[in-house]
Amino acid sequence: MFSLRDKNLANEIVTKIKKLDVNLKFMHVCGTHQDTLVKHGLDVLLKKCGVKIGQGPGCPVCVTTPKEIEEMLILARNGKTVATFGDMVNVPGERSSLQNMKTEGCDVRTVYSIEDAVSIAKKNKDKDVVFMAVGFETTAPTTASTLLNKPPNNFSVLSCHRIIPPALKAILDMGELKIDGFIEPGHVSTIIGSKPYEFISKDYKIPQVIAGFEPIDLLMAVWILVQQIVNKKAVVENEYIRAVKKEGNIKAQKVMNKVFELVDIKWRGFPVIPKSGLQLRNNFESYDARKIYEEELTEINSKAFKEPPGCRCGDVLRGLISSKQCPLFGNKCKPNSPVGPCMVSIEGSCNIEFRYAKNS
Amino acid sequence: MCLAIPGKVISIDKKKEYASIDYGDGTKRNVNVSLVDVKIGNYVLVHAGFAIQVIDEKEANETLELFREMLSTEEEK
Repeated sequence: MFSLRDKNLANEIVTKIKKLDVNLKFMHVCGTHQDTLVKHGLDVLLKKCGVKIGQGPGCPVCVTTPKEIEEMLILARNGKTVATFGDMVNVPGERSSLQNMKTEGCDVRTVYSIEDAVSIAKKNKDKDVVFMAVGFETTAPTTASTLLNKPPNNFSVLSCHRIIPPALKAILDMGELKIDGFIEPGHVSTIIGSKPYEFISKDYKIPQVIAGFEPIDLLMAVWILVQQIVNKKAVVENEYIRAVKKEGNIKAQKVMNKVFELVDIKWRGFPVIPKSGLQLRNNFESYDARKIYEEELTEINSKAFKEPPGCRCGDVLRGLISSKQCPLFGNKCKPNSPVGPCMVSIEGSCNIEFRYAKNS
Repeated sequence: MCLAIPGKVISIDKKKEYASIDYGDGTKRNVNVSLVDVKIGNYVLVHAGFAIQVIDEKEANETLELFREMLSTEEEK
Protein backbone atom coordinates (compact mmCIF):
# COMPACT_ATOMS: atom_id res chain seq x y z
CA MET A 1 0.00 0.00 0.00
CA PHE A 2 2.83 2.39 0.78
CA SER A 3 6.06 3.02 -0.99
CA LEU A 4 7.57 5.31 1.56
CA ARG A 5 11.04 3.88 1.39
CA ASP A 6 11.92 5.46 -1.97
CA LYS A 7 15.70 5.91 -2.00
CA ASN A 8 15.73 8.69 -4.60
CA LEU A 9 13.21 10.75 -2.70
CA ALA A 10 15.13 10.15 0.53
CA ASN A 11 18.33 11.39 -1.13
CA GLU A 12 16.51 14.43 -2.49
CA ILE A 13 15.22 15.41 0.96
CA VAL A 14 18.59 14.86 2.63
CA THR A 15 20.40 16.91 -0.04
CA LYS A 16 17.95 19.77 0.43
CA ILE A 17 18.41 19.75 4.20
CA LYS A 18 22.20 19.66 3.85
CA LYS A 19 22.18 22.69 1.56
CA LEU A 20 20.56 24.78 4.30
CA ASP A 21 23.62 24.33 6.54
CA VAL A 22 21.73 24.13 9.84
CA ASN A 23 22.69 23.10 13.35
CA LEU A 24 19.51 21.90 15.06
CA LYS A 25 18.32 19.55 17.78
CA PHE A 26 14.92 17.91 17.50
CA MET A 27 13.15 15.63 19.93
CA HIS A 28 10.62 12.92 19.25
CA VAL A 29 8.67 11.00 21.89
CA CYS A 30 8.01 7.63 20.32
CA GLY A 31 9.87 4.33 20.41
CA THR A 32 8.59 3.43 16.96
CA HIS A 33 10.09 6.65 15.56
CA GLN A 34 13.39 5.79 17.23
CA ASP A 35 13.24 2.31 15.73
CA THR A 36 12.79 3.71 12.19
CA LEU A 37 15.54 6.32 12.70
CA VAL A 38 18.13 3.86 13.99
CA LYS A 39 17.16 0.82 11.90
CA HIS A 40 17.48 2.75 8.63
CA GLY A 41 20.50 4.79 9.75
CA LEU A 42 18.58 8.06 9.44
CA ASP A 43 19.93 9.31 12.78
CA VAL A 44 23.50 9.14 11.45
CA LEU A 45 22.54 10.52 8.05
CA LEU A 46 20.72 13.50 9.55
CA LYS A 47 23.51 14.22 12.02
CA LYS A 48 25.79 14.72 9.02
CA CYS A 49 23.28 17.31 7.76
CA GLY A 50 23.36 19.24 11.04
CA VAL A 51 20.18 17.74 12.54
CA LYS A 52 20.42 15.77 15.78
CA ILE A 53 17.32 13.84 16.82
CA GLY A 54 16.86 12.35 20.27
CA GLN A 55 14.13 10.36 21.94
CA GLY A 56 12.42 11.98 24.91
CA PRO A 57 10.01 10.31 27.33
CA GLY A 58 8.26 8.42 24.53
CA CYS A 59 8.19 4.88 25.83
CA PRO A 60 5.32 4.07 28.18
CA VAL A 61 7.11 1.13 29.78
CA CYS A 62 10.22 3.29 30.40
CA VAL A 63 8.35 6.15 32.10
CA THR A 64 6.37 3.84 34.40
CA THR A 65 7.77 4.47 37.88
CA PRO A 66 9.41 1.98 40.25
CA LYS A 67 6.44 2.58 42.59
CA GLU A 68 3.91 1.44 39.97
CA ILE A 69 6.03 -1.66 39.29
CA GLU A 70 6.15 -2.36 43.02
CA GLU A 71 2.33 -2.14 43.16
CA MET A 72 2.11 -4.95 40.61
CA LEU A 73 4.77 -7.02 42.37
CA ILE A 74 2.82 -6.78 45.65
CA LEU A 75 -0.44 -7.82 43.98
CA ALA A 76 1.29 -10.74 42.21
CA ARG A 77 2.93 -11.82 45.45
CA ASN A 78 -0.46 -11.66 47.22
CA GLY A 79 -1.96 -14.18 44.80
CA LYS A 80 -3.59 -12.02 42.16
CA THR A 81 -3.33 -12.98 38.50
CA VAL A 82 -1.39 -10.11 36.98
CA ALA A 83 -1.72 -9.48 33.24
CA THR A 84 0.18 -6.89 31.24
CA PHE A 85 1.94 -6.21 27.95
CA GLY A 86 5.15 -8.10 27.18
CA ASP A 87 7.88 -5.58 27.95
CA MET A 88 6.42 -4.59 31.29
CA VAL A 89 6.97 -8.06 32.68
CA ASN A 90 10.76 -7.78 32.41
CA VAL A 91 11.28 -4.34 33.93
CA PRO A 92 13.25 -4.72 37.16
CA GLY A 93 11.53 -3.33 40.22
CA GLU A 94 13.44 -2.58 43.39
CA ARG A 95 13.45 -6.17 44.57
CA SER A 96 12.30 -8.26 41.62
CA SER A 97 10.48 -8.20 38.30
CA LEU A 98 7.15 -9.73 37.29
CA GLN A 99 9.10 -12.27 35.23
CA ASN A 100 11.12 -13.32 38.28
CA MET A 101 7.95 -13.58 40.37
CA LYS A 102 6.52 -15.87 37.70
CA THR A 103 9.44 -18.24 38.13
CA GLU A 104 8.69 -18.16 41.86
CA GLY A 105 5.17 -19.42 41.19
CA CYS A 106 3.18 -16.18 40.94
CA ASP A 107 0.52 -16.00 38.24
CA VAL A 108 1.80 -13.48 35.69
CA ARG A 109 0.35 -13.41 32.17
CA THR A 110 1.64 -11.58 29.13
CA VAL A 111 -1.17 -10.35 26.91
CA TYR A 112 -1.43 -8.69 23.51
CA SER A 113 -4.63 -6.82 24.31
CA ILE A 114 -6.64 -5.90 27.41
CA GLU A 115 -9.37 -8.13 25.95
CA ASP A 116 -7.09 -11.15 26.45
CA ALA A 117 -6.88 -10.22 30.15
CA VAL A 118 -10.69 -10.01 30.34
CA SER A 119 -10.91 -13.49 28.76
CA ILE A 120 -8.61 -14.84 31.49
CA ALA A 121 -10.96 -13.36 34.12
CA LYS A 122 -14.03 -14.82 32.40
CA LYS A 123 -12.47 -18.28 32.21
CA ASN A 124 -11.14 -18.21 35.79
CA LYS A 125 -13.94 -16.96 38.02
CA ASP A 126 -11.99 -18.05 41.12
CA LYS A 127 -9.07 -15.75 40.30
CA ASP A 128 -8.73 -12.01 40.77
CA VAL A 129 -7.25 -10.70 37.54
CA VAL A 130 -5.48 -7.33 37.57
CA PHE A 131 -4.50 -5.72 34.28
CA MET A 132 -1.56 -3.33 34.52
CA ALA A 133 -2.63 -0.73 31.96
CA VAL A 134 0.39 1.09 30.53
CA GLY A 135 0.43 3.26 27.45
CA PHE A 136 -0.29 6.73 26.14
CA GLU A 137 -3.37 8.06 24.33
CA THR A 138 -3.06 5.29 21.72
CA THR A 139 -3.69 2.59 24.31
CA ALA A 140 -5.87 4.34 26.91
CA PRO A 141 -9.04 4.20 24.74
CA THR A 142 -8.72 0.38 24.55
CA THR A 143 -8.77 0.22 28.37
CA ALA A 144 -11.68 2.67 28.53
CA SER A 145 -13.71 0.84 25.90
CA THR A 146 -13.21 -2.47 27.71
CA LEU A 147 -14.37 -1.05 31.06
CA LEU A 148 -17.47 0.45 29.42
CA ASN A 149 -18.37 -3.07 28.27
CA LYS A 150 -18.76 -4.22 31.87
CA PRO A 151 -16.07 -6.89 32.30
CA PRO A 152 -16.60 -9.49 35.07
CA ASN A 153 -16.17 -8.29 38.66
CA ASN A 154 -13.06 -10.41 39.24
CA PHE A 155 -11.32 -8.13 36.73
CA SER A 156 -9.66 -4.85 37.64
CA VAL A 157 -7.27 -2.29 36.17
CA LEU A 158 -4.18 -0.67 37.64
CA SER A 159 -4.03 2.42 35.48
CA CYS A 160 -0.53 3.63 34.59
CA HIS A 161 -1.79 5.49 31.50
CA ARG A 162 -0.23 8.85 30.77
CA ILE A 163 -0.74 11.54 28.15
CA ILE A 164 1.95 13.14 26.00
CA PRO A 165 1.38 16.93 25.72
CA PRO A 166 2.02 17.76 29.44
CA ALA A 167 5.33 15.86 29.21
CA LEU A 168 6.44 18.07 26.30
CA LYS A 169 5.66 21.12 28.42
CA ALA A 170 7.56 19.60 31.37
CA ILE A 171 10.67 19.06 29.23
CA LEU A 172 10.60 22.67 28.05
CA ASP A 173 9.89 24.05 31.54
CA MET A 174 12.82 22.13 33.01
CA GLY A 175 15.00 23.99 30.52
CA GLU A 176 17.81 21.45 30.63
CA LEU A 177 18.35 21.31 26.89
CA LYS A 178 17.70 23.41 23.82
CA ILE A 179 15.03 21.91 21.59
CA ASP A 180 14.46 23.41 18.15
CA GLY A 181 11.47 21.27 17.23
CA PHE A 182 9.27 18.36 18.23
CA ILE A 183 8.37 15.38 16.04
CA GLU A 184 5.04 14.27 17.48
CA PRO A 185 3.97 10.62 17.70
CA GLY A 186 1.73 9.57 14.82
CA HIS A 187 -0.39 7.02 16.59
CA VAL A 188 -1.00 9.05 19.74
CA SER A 189 -2.07 11.75 17.29
CA THR A 190 -4.56 9.49 15.47
CA ILE A 191 -6.50 9.71 18.75
CA ILE A 192 -5.87 13.29 19.96
CA GLY A 193 -5.44 15.08 16.61
CA SER A 194 -3.23 18.16 16.33
CA LYS A 195 -4.96 20.66 18.63
CA PRO A 196 -3.53 19.48 22.00
CA TYR A 197 -0.01 20.33 20.75
CA GLU A 198 -0.83 23.87 19.66
CA PHE A 199 -0.04 25.57 22.99
CA ILE A 200 3.56 24.37 22.69
CA SER A 201 4.09 26.25 19.43
CA LYS A 202 2.15 29.27 20.65
CA ASP A 203 3.66 29.62 24.14
CA TYR A 204 7.18 28.35 23.51
CA LYS A 205 7.57 29.22 19.81
CA ILE A 206 8.61 25.65 18.98
CA PRO A 207 7.88 24.14 15.53
CA GLN A 208 6.12 20.76 15.62
CA VAL A 209 5.24 18.09 13.10
CA ILE A 210 3.12 14.97 13.49
CA ALA A 211 4.90 12.13 11.68
CA GLY A 212 4.31 8.63 10.41
CA PHE A 213 6.72 5.73 10.78
CA GLU A 214 8.27 5.01 7.41
CA PRO A 215 11.72 6.42 6.57
CA ILE A 216 10.29 8.99 4.12
CA ASP A 217 7.73 10.05 6.77
CA LEU A 218 10.51 10.95 9.19
CA LEU A 219 12.73 12.61 6.59
CA MET A 220 9.78 14.71 5.42
CA ALA A 221 8.97 15.57 9.04
CA VAL A 222 12.52 16.82 9.57
CA TRP A 223 12.34 18.79 6.34
CA ILE A 224 9.03 20.37 7.43
CA LEU A 225 10.56 21.42 10.78
CA VAL A 226 13.66 22.83 9.07
CA GLN A 227 11.42 24.81 6.69
CA GLN A 228 9.51 26.27 9.65
CA ILE A 229 12.77 27.33 11.29
CA VAL A 230 14.18 28.85 8.09
CA ASN A 231 10.90 30.73 7.60
CA LYS A 232 10.71 31.70 11.31
CA LYS A 233 7.43 29.88 11.85
CA ALA A 234 6.27 27.84 14.85
CA VAL A 235 3.12 25.85 14.17
CA VAL A 236 1.85 22.26 14.31
CA GLU A 237 2.02 20.60 10.90
CA ASN A 238 0.82 17.14 9.98
CA GLU A 239 2.96 14.91 7.81
CA TYR A 240 0.93 11.75 8.62
CA ILE A 241 -2.17 12.92 6.77
CA ARG A 242 -3.21 9.41 5.75
CA ALA A 243 -3.94 8.51 9.39
CA VAL A 244 -4.17 11.68 11.48
CA LYS A 245 -7.13 14.03 11.24
CA LYS A 246 -7.00 17.49 12.78
CA GLU A 247 -9.73 16.60 15.26
CA GLY A 248 -8.33 13.09 15.95
CA ASN A 249 -10.61 10.17 16.75
CA ILE A 250 -13.54 11.84 18.51
CA LYS A 251 -15.23 8.53 19.34
CA ALA A 252 -12.10 7.33 21.14
CA GLN A 253 -11.67 10.67 22.94
CA LYS A 254 -15.25 10.47 24.26
CA VAL A 255 -14.73 6.92 25.48
CA MET A 256 -11.51 8.00 27.26
CA ASN A 257 -13.19 11.00 28.90
CA LYS A 258 -16.05 8.87 30.18
CA VAL A 259 -13.72 6.53 32.03
CA PHE A 260 -10.65 8.56 32.97
CA GLU A 261 -9.85 11.83 34.69
CA LEU A 262 -6.54 13.67 34.65
CA VAL A 263 -4.25 13.51 37.67
CA ASP A 264 -0.79 14.78 38.54
CA ILE A 265 1.64 11.89 38.23
CA LYS A 266 5.37 11.25 38.43
CA TRP A 267 7.16 9.94 35.32
CA ARG A 268 10.41 8.05 35.63
CA GLY A 269 13.25 10.54 35.32
CA PHE A 270 10.87 13.46 35.86
CA PRO A 271 9.25 15.13 38.82
CA VAL A 272 5.44 15.03 39.12
CA ILE A 273 3.98 16.31 35.84
CA PRO A 274 0.68 18.15 36.41
CA LYS A 275 -2.41 16.60 34.81
CA SER A 276 -0.46 14.00 32.84
CA GLY A 277 -1.87 10.78 34.30
CA LEU A 278 -5.17 9.03 33.66
CA GLN A 279 -6.95 7.65 36.70
CA LEU A 280 -10.29 5.84 36.68
CA ARG A 281 -13.25 8.06 37.50
CA ASN A 282 -15.21 7.35 40.71
CA ASN A 283 -18.02 5.55 38.92
CA PHE A 284 -15.47 2.96 37.76
CA GLU A 285 -14.01 2.42 41.22
CA SER A 286 -15.29 -1.16 41.31
CA TYR A 287 -12.68 -1.85 38.59
CA ASP A 288 -9.93 0.29 40.12
CA ALA A 289 -7.23 -2.02 41.52
CA ARG A 290 -5.77 0.85 43.61
CA LYS A 291 -9.12 1.19 45.42
CA ILE A 292 -9.99 -2.52 45.62
CA TYR A 293 -6.57 -3.45 47.04
CA GLU A 294 -5.94 -0.19 48.88
CA GLU A 295 -5.00 -1.93 52.14
CA GLU A 296 -2.48 -4.25 50.48
CA LEU A 297 -0.88 -1.35 48.69
CA THR A 298 -0.60 1.06 51.66
CA GLU A 299 2.82 -0.34 52.62
CA ILE A 300 4.46 1.49 49.69
CA ASN A 301 2.73 4.84 50.06
CA SER A 302 5.35 6.28 52.35
CA LYS A 303 8.27 4.47 50.73
CA ALA A 304 10.87 6.44 48.78
CA PHE A 305 11.91 4.67 45.59
CA LYS A 306 15.39 4.83 44.17
CA GLU A 307 16.60 4.16 40.64
CA PRO A 308 18.90 1.13 40.21
CA PRO A 309 22.53 2.03 41.11
CA GLY A 310 24.32 3.69 38.18
CA CYS A 311 21.22 3.63 35.96
CA ARG A 312 20.84 6.78 33.88
CA CYS A 313 17.48 6.00 32.26
CA GLY A 314 16.16 9.26 33.72
CA ASP A 315 18.77 11.28 31.83
CA VAL A 316 18.10 9.27 28.65
CA LEU A 317 14.35 9.94 28.96
CA ARG A 318 14.92 13.67 29.41
CA GLY A 319 17.11 13.68 26.30
CA LEU A 320 20.20 14.76 28.24
CA ILE A 321 22.40 11.86 27.23
CA SER A 322 22.31 9.27 24.45
CA SER A 323 22.11 5.59 25.37
CA LYS A 324 25.78 5.07 24.60
CA GLN A 325 26.78 7.79 27.03
CA CYS A 326 25.45 5.72 29.94
CA PRO A 327 28.43 3.88 31.51
CA LEU A 328 26.30 0.73 31.97
CA PHE A 329 25.26 0.52 28.29
CA GLY A 330 26.33 -2.70 26.60
CA ASN A 331 28.32 -4.04 29.51
CA LYS A 332 26.42 -4.25 32.79
CA CYS A 333 23.15 -3.40 31.03
CA LYS A 334 22.04 -5.51 28.05
CA PRO A 335 18.60 -6.64 26.81
CA ASN A 336 18.95 -10.06 28.45
CA SER A 337 20.23 -8.57 31.72
CA PRO A 338 18.73 -5.08 31.84
CA VAL A 339 19.39 -2.65 34.68
CA GLY A 340 16.89 0.00 33.60
CA PRO A 341 13.66 0.02 31.59
CA CYS A 342 15.15 1.74 28.51
CA MET A 343 17.13 -1.46 27.88
CA VAL A 344 14.09 -3.71 28.52
CA SER A 345 11.46 -2.26 26.25
CA ILE A 346 11.69 -2.68 22.49
CA GLU A 347 10.55 0.97 22.49
CA GLY A 348 13.38 2.05 24.80
CA SER A 349 16.22 3.92 23.12
CA CYS A 350 18.91 1.77 24.81
CA ASN A 351 17.29 -1.46 23.60
CA ILE A 352 16.95 -0.03 20.07
CA GLU A 353 20.56 1.20 20.04
CA PHE A 354 21.77 -2.19 21.26
CA ARG A 355 19.66 -4.17 18.78
CA TYR A 356 20.88 -2.28 15.75
CA ALA A 357 24.35 -1.89 17.27
CA LYS A 358 26.62 0.17 15.10
CA ASN A 359 29.75 2.13 15.74
CA SER A 360 29.20 5.66 14.60
CA MET B 1 3.89 0.22 22.54
CA CYS B 2 2.19 2.68 20.23
CA LEU B 3 2.93 0.45 17.28
CA ALA B 4 -0.08 0.11 15.01
CA ILE B 5 -0.34 -2.15 11.99
CA PRO B 6 -2.48 -1.47 8.92
CA GLY B 7 -4.93 -4.11 7.75
CA LYS B 8 -8.00 -4.46 5.54
CA VAL B 9 -11.51 -5.01 6.88
CA ILE B 10 -12.86 -8.29 5.45
CA SER B 11 -16.08 -8.67 7.43
CA ILE B 12 -17.86 -6.98 10.32
CA ASP B 13 -20.17 -8.60 12.89
CA LYS B 14 -23.79 -7.55 13.27
CA LYS B 15 -23.17 -5.47 16.39
CA LYS B 16 -20.34 -3.65 14.56
CA GLU B 17 -18.13 -4.52 17.49
CA TYR B 18 -15.60 -6.87 15.87
CA ALA B 19 -14.19 -7.19 12.36
CA SER B 20 -12.00 -9.69 10.63
CA ILE B 21 -8.85 -7.89 9.52
CA ASP B 22 -6.50 -9.14 6.81
CA TYR B 23 -2.92 -7.96 7.30
CA GLY B 24 -2.04 -8.87 3.74
CA ASP B 25 0.42 -11.63 4.57
CA GLY B 26 -2.14 -14.35 5.12
CA THR B 27 -2.68 -13.32 8.72
CA LYS B 28 -6.26 -12.64 9.71
CA ARG B 29 -7.36 -11.59 13.15
CA ASN B 30 -10.54 -10.51 14.88
CA VAL B 31 -10.21 -6.93 15.96
CA ASN B 32 -12.40 -4.70 18.11
CA VAL B 33 -13.71 -1.89 15.86
CA SER B 34 -15.92 -0.09 18.38
CA LEU B 35 -13.64 2.97 18.45
CA VAL B 36 -14.00 3.65 14.71
CA ASP B 37 -16.67 3.78 11.99
CA VAL B 38 -15.63 1.22 9.40
CA LYS B 39 -16.93 -0.37 6.24
CA ILE B 40 -15.84 -3.57 4.56
CA GLY B 41 -12.82 -2.81 2.37
CA ASN B 42 -11.52 0.02 4.56
CA TYR B 43 -7.94 -0.05 5.80
CA VAL B 44 -7.55 0.46 9.54
CA LEU B 45 -4.64 0.90 11.95
CA VAL B 46 -4.72 -1.81 14.61
CA HIS B 47 -3.17 -1.32 18.04
CA ALA B 48 -3.41 -3.82 20.92
CA GLY B 49 -6.41 -5.59 19.40
CA PHE B 50 -8.37 -2.44 18.60
CA ALA B 51 -8.74 -0.48 15.36
CA ILE B 52 -7.76 3.06 16.35
CA GLN B 53 -8.23 4.89 13.04
CA VAL B 54 -9.38 4.39 9.47
CA ILE B 55 -6.66 5.10 6.93
CA ASP B 56 -7.58 7.64 4.30
CA GLU B 57 -6.80 5.67 1.16
CA LYS B 58 -6.87 8.70 -1.09
CA GLU B 59 -4.38 10.55 1.14
CA ALA B 60 -2.25 7.41 1.35
CA ASN B 61 -2.07 7.05 -2.41
CA GLU B 62 -1.30 10.72 -2.86
CA THR B 63 1.26 11.02 -0.06
CA LEU B 64 4.36 10.59 -2.20
CA GLU B 65 3.04 12.89 -4.88
CA LEU B 66 2.27 15.52 -2.27
CA PHE B 67 5.76 15.26 -0.79
CA ARG B 68 7.35 15.67 -4.22
CA GLU B 69 5.16 18.70 -4.82
CA MET B 70 6.11 20.23 -1.46
CA LEU B 71 9.80 19.73 -2.17
CA SER B 72 9.61 21.28 -5.65
CA THR B 73 7.50 24.23 -4.49
CA GLU B 74 10.21 25.10 -2.01
CA GLU B 75 12.79 25.02 -4.80
CA GLU B 76 10.88 27.62 -6.82
CA LYS B 77 10.84 30.16 -3.97
